[in-house]
Amino acid sequence: MRALWLAQGEFNPPGAGDFNLPPIFAGVTKPMVLIVLSVIIIAVFFLAATSRMKVVPGKFQFFAESVYDFGRNNIAREQIGSKDFMPFVPLILSLFTFVLVNNIFGIIPIIQFPTMSHIGFPLALSVLIVYPLYHTVGFRRHGFVGYLKHALFPPGAPKLVYLLLVPIEIFQKFIMNPITLAVRVFAAMFAGHLILLLFTLAGEYLLIEAGGAFNIGVSFVSFAFAIAMTFLEALIQVIQAYIFALLAANYIGQALASDH
Amino acid sequence: MLNTVVLAAEEPSPVLPHVSEIILGLVAFGLLLFVLWKFAVPRFEAAYKERSEKIEGGIKRAEQAQADAEKALQEYKAQLADARAESARIRDDARLEAEQIKEELRVQAQEEAARIVAQGQAQLEAQRSQIVAELRADLGRTAVELASRIVGESLEDEARRSGTVDRFLDELDSVSAPAKN
Repeated sequence: MRALWLAQGEFNPPGAGDFNLPPIFAGVTKPMVLIVLSVIIIAVFFLAATSRMKVVPGKFQFFAESVYDFGRNNIAREQIGSKDFMPFVPLILSLFTFVLVNNIFGIIPIIQFPTMSHIGFPLALSVLIVYPLYHTVGFRRHGFVGYLKHALFPPGAPKLVYLLLVPIEIFQKFIMNPITLAVRVFAAMFAGHLILLLFTLAGEYLLIEAGGAFNIGVSFVSFAFAIAMTFLEALIQVIQAYIFALLAANYIGQALASDH
Repeated sequence: MLNTVVLAAEEPSPVLPHVSEIILGLVAFGLLLFVLWKFAVPRFEAAYKERSEKIEGGIKRAEQAQADAEKALQEYKAQLADARAESARIRDDARLEAEQIKEELRVQAQEEAARIVAQGQAQLEAQRSQIVAELRADLGRTAVELASRIVGESLEDEARRSGTVDRFLDELDSVSAPAKN
């Protein structure tokens, strides 16, 4: 598809349309395949790592334990508190590894597509899983009125300020939180993938189509940027996965918190 | 190819989600969550529990061993003190006994010596008496014989003769007695 455009001698910058890949077969698209692949990869990884757990771990088990500990201790326990975090460990671990693998797909050769750049997937996680979950555990912990008071009336503010504060809290906790949670990772993956596309395609166009020594020289700069941006993307992909799991745990922790 | 370009251009904005992707994402994530919840997390937690138990068990065993060693040391020390006291006691007893035995032996030896001395004296006394008696008889006979030879006459009168001899012996005794004493 791209080659065809280039053959026409005009540079078409990549855009939102490049994220809508044609179906591979019968309406199944690449992100759909990738999302299933990610589930298989993570499930097989953890099942294989935990099939024969040893007290003294080998390298593979140690690596799996590091990932598990990161989700368990650094995210879930830090954000939810050591009293309540255990039931949420599977969820937080799943969120972290699921988003992480699907993000990393963006820089794996041949795959090269971050699944989370299709907003449907992060929305499914945040709006349909994290959002109902943290409000449910909040209502369960504090009771209906208790949780509303807990969520909407942060303590320590003068009474008049609540006139402003309560609408803001409602807007934030019941409307914006799930959307921003999804949009954050979606936008980062979308933008990152677009930048990689742009530098790569521009470099290719300058090298092959545009001609001229100057353009060929600039094309190498473009490729160099593509490579540099790939490293940056790797960092962003991991950070976004971490932030997604961290914020999910944070929302749960806030809903459960009893200190105010 | 052109079809896909046209199709892509007709696609809705990227911020509008595909329903199919939401459903697939939900199902896929649900599956993953199920697997991790049912298998991975319990296995990790079980392994952690086992590990911490092993470590705690090891620490407990070490503490037990240390306590045992301490106890044994105390016992040995007590036994050693007992043994020292016992040996001192035995030594004192032995010393006392030795003194006693030495004293007994000394007394016994003294008694034996006294006995031997007394026996010797008695024997000497008896021998002396015997010798004196024998000498007295010999001396009488020899003196009579010598006297009869010198004088040349037979002293017929028995009574007179024996009276003379007895007188002579008495004299001799009286002479020898102061010398003996």
